[in-house]
Amino acid sequence: MDKQFLILGIGNLLWADEGFGVRCVEYLNQHFEFPANVELLDGGTQGLYLVQHVQACDVLMVFDAIDYGLEPGTMKIIRDDDVPKFMGAKKMSLHQTGFQEVLATAEFAGGYPDELLLVGVQPEALEDFGGSLRDVVRAQIEPAVKVVLDFMAERGLVPQRREQVLDSTELSPNQLAMADYEAGRPAEDAACRRGDIRFIPSTCLQGDSN
Amino acid sequence: MNTPLNASQLDNSGRRVVVDPVTRIEGHMRCEVNVDSNNIIRNAVSTGTMWRGLEVILKGRDPRDAWAFVERICGVCTGTHALTSVRAVEDALGIQIPLNAHLIRHLMDKTLQVHDHIVHFYHLHALDWVNPVNALKADPKATSELQKMVSPAHAKSSPGYFRDVQNRLKKFVQSGQLGLFANGYWDNPAYKLPPEADLMAVAHYLEALDLQKEIVKIHTIFGGKNPHPNYLVGGVACAINLDDVGASGAPVNMVSLNFVLQRIQEAREFTKNVYLPDVLAVAGIYKDWLYGGGLAGQNMLSYGTYTQVPGDKSTDLLPAGAIVNGNWDEVLPVDVRDPEQIQEFVDHSWYSYADGVKGLHPWDGDTSPNFELGPNTKGTKTDIKELDEAHKYSWIKAPRWRGHAMEVGPLSRYIIAYVSGKEYVQEQVDRSLAAFNQNTGLELGLKQFLPSTLGRTLARALECELCCDTMLDDWQALINNIKAGDRSTANVEKWDPSTWPKEAKGVGINEAPRGALGHWIKIKDGKIENYQAIVPTTWNGSPRDAQGNIGAFEASLLNTPMERPEEPVEILRTLHSFDPCLACSTHVMSEDGQQMSQVKIR
Repeated sequence: MDKQFLILGIGNLLWADEGFGVRCVEYLNQHFEFPANVELLDGGTQGLYLVQHVQACDVLMVFDAIDYGLEPGTMKIIRDDDVPKFMGAKKMSLHQTGFQEVLATAEFAGGYPDELLLVGVQPEALEDFGGSLRDVVRAQIEPAVKVVLDFMAERGLVPQRREQVLDSTELSPNQLAMADYEAGRPAEDAACRRGDIRFIPSTCLQGDSN
Repeated sequence: MNTPLNASQLDNSGRRVVVDPVTRIEGHMRCEVNVDSNNIIRNAVSTGTMWRGLEVILKGRDPRDAWAFVERICGVCTGTHALTSVRAVEDALGIQIPLNAHLIRHLMDKTLQVHDHIVHFYHLHALDWVNPVNALKADPKATSELQKMVSPAHAKSSPGYFRDVQNRLKKFVQSGQLGLFANGYWDNPAYKLPPEADLMAVAHYLEALDLQKEIVKIHTIFGGKNPHPNYLVGGVACAINLDDVGASGAPVNMVSLNFVLQRIQEAREFTKNVYLPDVLAVAGIYKDWLYGGGLAGQNMLSYGTYTQVPGDKSTDLLPAGAIVNGNWDEVLPVDVRDPEQIQEFVDHSWYSYADGVKGLHPWDGDTSPNFELGPNTKGTKTDIKELDEAHKYSWIKAPRWRGHAMEVGPLSRYIIAYVSGKEYVQEQVDRSLAAFNQNTGLELGLKQFLPSTLGRTLARALECELCCDTMLDDWQALINNIKAGDRSTANVEKWDPSTWPKEAKGVGINEAPRGALGHWIKIKDGKIENYQAIVPTTWNGSPRDAQGNIGAFEASLLNTPMERPEEPVEILRTLHSFDPCLACSTHVMSEDGQQMSQVKIR
């Protein structure tokens, strides 16, 4: 049987750069067609509910926005045993605890992938509810996708480039596809976009409290 | 146990214990309690530590798209928000859905309920009762005997099976893997199971993991994919053709429906042979731990769910209603449209309303943040050491039903169903209480046992059983209706916004795994003008109100003795029994990578 590949994008696309992982798999699916032994998955923030997908694959590739304390937009590539460590050491969103736990659960229950690749990007902004990727992070979608394509090519797997790029995401409802998502965003004065200053310095809220 | 339910009765003079974050929940939550000189909790403060951007993200968008956004707000409540959202839009526009869609939505909703309840018990809550490290000391043969006694019908019970599980656990623990069991307080005397029961539970942890991945395949059949199945205003997002023989991507056919039936049967077997017996076994050993009631038994709310005859709420399997002031003899009617019944207050929440406004019905809801701390806060805005609960202290609003703080969730649904005379529920509850009393030699009555942490956990398991049993009925009704010639799965008459009124408002309700869920929508010129959700954890995690009424989490912790205040096993146990989901009730981001919650005593 062919090796099973899983390309997983995780994160919450409602929170600006947190959507990086999901946008990468969306991009891949819009531009390439994959053979049946490759699964592309928009994992959202599903945490433990993703475990069966991880258990079912031999090679796991994950896109995610991860805080390494680097310059925003910096891409970092992590392999194999380092992956769970990185996903737990410095997390800034809830799903990352979730994903470290997913890997631990897969190891305990059986079905841990043979190979892991994490393509992470340092986010610039998260505190922007309903926002989309910042330019520096958006600019890393294609390089990140290339890392995964090269990684698969080294394993003898080359997907076919689509003749026509898909408009829709197919992996998510179309209203969440990046273009529609960005176009439909409410104006800033209609909808406050910021959070709690204990976690994220926010001029909006600091202004309120003076 | 008489629990004070008003802030004025609470004693905050003792040592303050801060648990932040509360772990193994969805989202970010902080809890502070005061313990007296005997380490008994005398004051409790629960706070959601981020605010949620759900409503504001939706302003100006197409109402038909709202479900896809609300499905993303949180990792565990996906489908239940989506369903409630499409119901809100259908209510606003007066759309009736076809019978097939009604039945398929029930099947999907109950699948979510079963999935959520099983994963909650085995993968989030069990570690409050079960000590996996202690399982290493178990005798596999004795474990096998225990398994056969607890559940004679369960096939996986041989000594060899438990030896394998134990070896796997040993290897895992020895490898120093962090993550799964790293955060426990495994030498705390609050853990009381014998090693054999701990080992049995670890085996079931693994079995539940296998089961959960099967049951969610029902979402893939009817919703096109999982995670994040598709929903549709007007019906369901799948076609039906029993003559079809195609595989994936094809319309729902007899092959896929039979597949669904098998998944239901598997889940039903697991629930009856594993989940329910496990809950009763745990309850039997923790028979003296009847803490955690709080508002349960006093003030409970349900919107009702699983309507048998579409459009007729009086046919709900689990009926709507409210019980207040502990009067189980009277179930009061609930109307989610009545501006006098459900109101949200922000006196102790980090929001502000316009001058003079007190409570707001969600149709008129307002979400304007106002993060300010009271004068008795210790610490600073960016590093709070101790909250001042006399002032604003949470990102969760305080919803009230006719002025009462209410508990919602499986236990509220079950008590309301029981006293409303639902025979199926009465049989389940009576049977379980009889088993508990028989196992323990106690003679507890309903009102002594149900309003407790254990009662909450039992109600969830019983509801899982109800869902499995009645999914068989839903499945049969679906087959019968299709065979009678009805293939319709969606009503698209009002799909086109040109058919809509200029302005409309509606409400979608559901009983989500965690309790009463409502989405209130206002539509203007084809767009969302206002959208407000009151999620179950908003009710349960509510802060105080202007009258000093405390919320369900806070009330549930009072009077609980702690073995070791620096190890908050008891706090986690009771909070987890609500299955909190702070991702929905607040907007969540944790600030660092700490796995272990910080517990500080001051």
